[in-house]
Amino acid sequence: MSISFDEFSAHFSNEIREKTTFRGETTFLINPLEIERVCIFLKSKLGFTYLTDICGADRFTPEDRFEVVYNLFNPESKFRLRLKVWVNEENPVVQTVTSVWQSANWYERETYDMYGVIFKGHPDLRRMYMTEDFEYFPLRKEYPLVGVAGSIPLPEIDPKANNREAAERYNRGETV
Amino acid sequence: MSNQNPFGDGFVTTTLDALTNWARANSLWPMPMGLSCCAIEMMAMAGPKYDVSRFGSEVFRFSPRQSDLMIVAGTVTYKMAHVVKKIWDQMPEPKWCIAMGACSSTGGMFRSYPVLQGVDQIIPVDVYVPGCPPRPDAVIHALMEIQEKVKRERHSFQNALLSDTAYTKILQAEEKNTLVLQK
Repeated sequence: MSISFDEFSAHFSNEIREKTTFRGETTFLINPLEIERVCIFLKSKLGFTYLTDICGADRFTPEDRFEVVYNLFNPESKFRLRLKVWVNEENPVVQTVTSVWQSANWYERETYDMYGVIFKGHPDLRRMYMTEDFEYFPLRKEYPLVGVAGSIPLPEIDPKANNREAAERYNRGETV
Repeated sequence: MSNQNPFGDGFVTTTLDALTNWARANSLWPMPMGLSCCAIEMMAMAGPKYDVSRFGSEVFRFSPRQSDLMIVAGTVTYKMAHVVKKIWDQMPEPKWCIAMGACSSTGGMFRSYPVLQGVDQIIPVDVYVPGCPPRPDAVIHALMEIQEKVKRERHSFQNALLSDTAYTKILQAEEKNTLVLQK
């Protein structure tokens, strides 16, 4: 089934920067300041009651480097919609949508953990996978895939460990 | 009744070490660190087809205090490394470790920021099993290697009687290669 976005486009003509359709999927590029209002409309008026996922992307551009992608689903019409929000590197802040969908809580924490995008108004914005004192954002493109040696602490090394020299090099910050 | 042997044929003579090693080698109770997909093959090893109970290791203990052999089956992330080390410390001596599969041996294909590149960086590993994942019979082969290692152990009966303090002193003396027998 298809959903008409005419009312949506008319209502948010200033907030929608771009609409693209690719291989049958619709994507809207939204102004980051208005994402919450847009989501409220989509949920209450157009029936997108299920937030499938929120994830980030590093476009690695000088302007608007980070992208936040919202995947929405309308269970009645089986329609999938994607919203995109661009934020810049200096101040990567997006309004939270936990007031619209409670499931956004953990999705936004995951995006914050991996990309460093701050969701303003989030009730509990802390890391999800990495340790609490981790200082980097692993899915940013400048972060090395093998990681930064010593950034995640090791347990106390057993004195009889076969490869304890590698563990000690890791603790000194040398790449193993 | 033979005149040469007044006690008949009802006993054998051997060393206390051999007796202790025989009992230990045939009752290595695993501490299953089933961290990832290798745990599935570890379960298969315990199943009826491969039947690890032929070697006395079917008693999979989920308490480190009743385990002799830690099988690290799967990817050791840096976060999980603290758990592995803590459980290893809670296992009583003597204890052994199998690094099962590529992930626990070297980090495997996960050469990435969250993965420890080999569990032998933090705990001593006795046998490494290659494979991704290894076959269950490869893990049984590792178990047999450890059994052979146990049978070659020296001073095992004496060490079993020592207090923790004395055992620690023995280990420290061994570290200096100047082993002194304690009374």
